[in-house]
Amino acid sequence: MNSYLNNQLLRFTTAGSVDDGKSTLIGRLLYDSKSIFEDQLEAVEASSARKGFDYVDLSLLTDGLKSEREQGITIDVAYRYFATPKRKFIIADTPGHIQYTRNMVTGASTANLALILIDARKGLVEQTYRHSFIASLLKIPHIIVCVNKMDLVNYSEDVFDKIVEEYKAFSSKLEVSDIQFVPISALAGDNVVNRSENMAWYQGATLLHMLETAHIESDHNHIDSRFPVQYVIRPQSKEYHDFRGYAGRVAGGIFRPGDDVVVLPSGFQSKIKEIYTGSEVLEEAFAPMSVTITLQDEIDISRGDIIAKPNNHPQSEQDIDLMLCWMNQKPINLNTKFYVRHTTRDVKGVLKEIQYKLDINNLHRVENVDQLVMNDIARVKIRTAQPLFFDSYRKNRITGSVILVDEGTNETVAAGMIV
Amino acid sequence: MSHQYYLSHLKELEAEAIFVIREVVAQFEKPALLFSGGKDSIVLAYLSRKAFAPARIPFPLVHIDTGHNFPETMEYRDWLVNELGVKLIVGSVQESIDKGRAKEETGYNASRNSLQTVTLLDTIEQHKFDAAMGGARRDEEKARAKERFFSHRDEFGQWDPKNQRPELWNLFNGRKHIGEHFRVFPISNWTEMDVWQYIHLENIPIPKLYYSHEREVIIRDGAILSTSPWLKLKPDEVPMKMTVRFRTCGDMPITGAVVSDADTVEKIIAEVAASRKTERGTRADDKRSETAMEDRKKSGYF
Repeated sequence: MNSYLNNQLLRFTTAGSVDDGKSTLIGRLLYDSKSIFEDQLEAVEASSARKGFDYVDLSLLTDGLKSEREQGITIDVAYRYFATPKRKFIIADTPGHIQYTRNMVTGASTANLALILIDARKGLVEQTYRHSFIASLLKIPHIIVCVNKMDLVNYSEDVFDKIVEEYKAFSSKLEVSDIQFVPISALAGDNVVNRSENMAWYQGATLLHMLETAHIESDHNHIDSRFPVQYVIRPQSKEYHDFRGYAGRVAGGIFRPGDDVVVLPSGFQSKIKEIYTGSEVLEEAFAPMSVTITLQDEIDISRGDIIAKPNNHPQSEQDIDLMLCWMNQKPINLNTKFYVRHTTRDVKGVLKEIQYKLDINNLHRVENVDQLVMNDIARVKIRTAQPLFFDSYRKNRITGSVILVDEGTNETVAAGMIV
Repeated sequence: MSHQYYLSHLKELEAEAIFVIREVVAQFEKPALLFSGGKDSIVLAYLSRKAFAPARIPFPLVHIDTGHNFPETMEYRDWLVNELGVKLIVGSVQESIDKGRAKEETGYNASRNSLQTVTLLDTIEQHKFDAAMGGARRDEEKARAKERFFSHRDEFGQWDPKNQRPELWNLFNGRKHIGEHFRVFPISNWTEMDVWQYIHLENIPIPKLYYSHEREVIIRDGAILSTSPWLKLKPDEVPMKMTVRFRTCGDMPITGAVVSDADTVEKIIAEVAASRKTERGTRADDKRSETAMEDRKKSGYF
């Protein structure tokens, strides 16, 4: 019964067009993995009956807020949970319409894996390109392409093969190394959790099996040691009079007691004395562990500083190139100021240059742009008031990401990936 | 020995929750932890201890006392406050009623559940808390599936689900204007099962209510309710003894029990694994309408 102690956590995002059965697929995963409770099912059965459906509409399981249920659409990222004996899963369920790029980017930011849904009858459509591009932009390491509604194309192998071929041709332009394909019917349950009896020609794994076995162990950077200091623990008690513990979450690499470290921006060097979580003393710490580190020397360290290794510093710059996703109703123009939040550091910044905007349907670059509107994705240059200590997003998703915060409204207005 | 550099799901959830709790203390001036006496807020209190050890938890526990608590909850609360060496602040619903700030419901299914919102918002305002952490989980209820870790509340304490700040990576934006506050949910990504497994893994003491025990109850509309001074019996309702336990720790008159022999955490985990009903399925407060939780959350409920 303690097998759960070795369970892993996989976070995945789902993206699909309006009618390609995304909600039904999630409902199917929850239902077939027995993650749906009786009272939830009863509520959905009652709603289905009220709407006059002659089947249980599993998509109703994932409908969240009142306004969504009224409109029958999903308007925001919703998180769902299910578990199998092998893994626990967190689904970031994001809407597929064009105006909600911001939600897809949000859902993708924490995902290890993206599920891309394609309607077997329609093949690749504009949104397929868009979702795949966002998955690639956000550096989601794994993609599973689900060719859905196979029941409506007579479970045809030819249809599936053609879509796979077309997707492979397109995805050679993307930076995703691990792409798998599976023919499914979410409505009928083929190849989702249980193997399909309708597609004997398909020798591959079911979707759930792919989710359970995707190799996520290497998704974190375990090479370049980075520890952004979040908070300084000073107990102010007799017993721990001179104690200074640096609390934070490891963003990359491996830290061990005795390691030589450098603190940035000061450049002071010391050795790690101890690492622990709570009262548990640790032999090593790696991403994404939350730990407290003590050093052998007393040096001045505060929130926003970063602890790294003397032979492997992050980059330090005030002029930073970003791929930026603008997420606010209010457009942004050149020379607009904002706060930049990067790891645990908060500095002022200004938009200096828009190099080009990307048409995310075909990846074409649009030049001579001086304003970004909601859902635009662009390559930009910003300048910060103090240097940031960062890695490229490609190298480290934690030390390579920023959000921009509006000075007046305090809203989160953009997500940025450092180039 | 070759190492595997990955965490179990419980350790990863723990690391995430500790990160969020520390972020609250770093970003806000006067945070507090909303403590209900239930297992979720207990886990939150233990995670807070881990986050700041060997220092004490640098914020108070706030208990919104409806006056209708199980005696076991109160006993546990006082024990825990002492164990953690943390400050306790109590906001009293009875006081809000006495002052005319809240109006008591009447009838057989009267509950002080929704009255808590008034007391909660008054307590937050009185102590000038700018961040109130809670043990709510996204798996509990459909309106909570879209809740952020850092959830902005306007100067009236209200939640606007259509206008939430996007939340990316681990970059939490707690910037706010004067008078506004945040609700923060460090265990957003935990499920009921995760909470129980963590209680087991970490050996966390919990109130006796959660374990199987004999109790005087009545059955009303399919729910097993404990008798108490606040439960008005209908003429045909006859109290009887049953062996039960509670899956949640709400107010006595509205929290349903389940028939159970589970008297250890291991047995509870096995029972939760086999259960075919959600834990909130035993809560009368969620059954008032299809959007009961969403409506309460918008007005400032937990």
